[in-house]
Amino acid sequence: MQIIVNNQAVNVANNSTIIDLINQLELDAQRIAIEHNRVILAPDQFDSLTLCADDNIEIVNFVGGG
Amino acid sequence: MHIVVNEKPQKVPATLTLYQLRERFCSTADIIIHNGAPTTKDYPLRDNDKVVFIRRDHQPDINEIHEVLNARHTPEVHTILKGATVGIAGVGGLGSAVAVALTRMGIGKLIIADYDCVELSNLNRQQYFIDQIGLTKVEALRANLARINPFTAINCVHRHLDNDNIAKIFTGIDVMVEAFDNAESKAMLAHLWLRQFPHIPLVAGSGMAGCGSSNTIQTKRTIGKMYICGDGISAEGEGFGLMASRVGIVAHHQANCVIQLLLGIAPDSEENHADNRQQSSC
Repeated sequence: MQIIVNNQAVNVANNSTIIDLINQLELDAQRIAIEHNRVILAPDQFDSLTLCADDNIEIVNFVGGG
Repeated sequence: MHIVVNEKPQKVPATLTLYQLRERFCSTADIIIHNGAPTTKDYPLRDNDKVVFIRRDHQPDINEIHEVLNARHTPEVHTILKGATVGIAGVGGLGSAVAVALTRMGIGKLIIADYDCVELSNLNRQQYFIDQIGLTKVEALRANLARINPFTAINCVHRHLDNDNIAKIFTGIDVMVEAFDNAESKAMLAHLWLRQFPHIPLVAGSGMAGCGSSNTIQTKRTIGKMYICGDGISAEGEGFGLMASRVGIVAHHQANCVIQLLLGIAPDSEENHADNRQQSSC
């Protein structure tokens, strides 16, 4: 199925969770903040929340330094 | 004629000289700045002249500081900034520079939090001095900020910030600044802040290592009310360290973002530039 990630279409397997998407995009779950259909997720939702077709995801990826 | 004395407009007789003006406004002044240049000679004054009298042993009081900031920033801007409280999580390369800029701009109150001490390796980019090595960063920064404006209220918290204490430490702030150095801490604060305080803007920094282009550093609105300053990709790493120039650019993006949010200007709108040109010329 197709979802939108940071304004781009991405194909994911049916019943994928947020953590599956994070792994597919090769991101580090400890270094990102995610908005799912305009709702900011808590880290403990990454495993449990299952994606649906046309879901809108915004991912902010932080890099070290300050 | 009309002249400006210590940033304040004054009406004075047309025949007045610089020394006569000194007698009138500040007879004990030992330095005179006339139209931008220090002088030790008496001159006849002209209309629109600008004169600053300085007494070397005198620390300006709170009213003098407010008068100068009013004159520089306009009373409308200064009133908003002096009434604002800003939280800064982490006072390393980003946070110490953000705090210095906000203090200079006349922010009324800062809450600064960090568990760390000043080390020699910090001095390549952080706003500390060599005689402060070993002090806690929050106390060293408090001392440095007091030398800029002793009337800025500074709340220092010397503690490791985590999910359980951030909400309590940063109670009552208008804008939150994320200024940690590691990516996991940045993400932790973003999760917590955006969910617990969705109406209070968060200004974060990400991507500033090395000495690449200055022009890839931007301020962008992301999710919720979170703004991210940086190039988004330049992570600190082996052989790719943090340097004063680029970290300073990001810190000042953050400080400017804070000011814009307080003044009701959209930080990521380029349309502001022309509208604010007059204001930015001050």
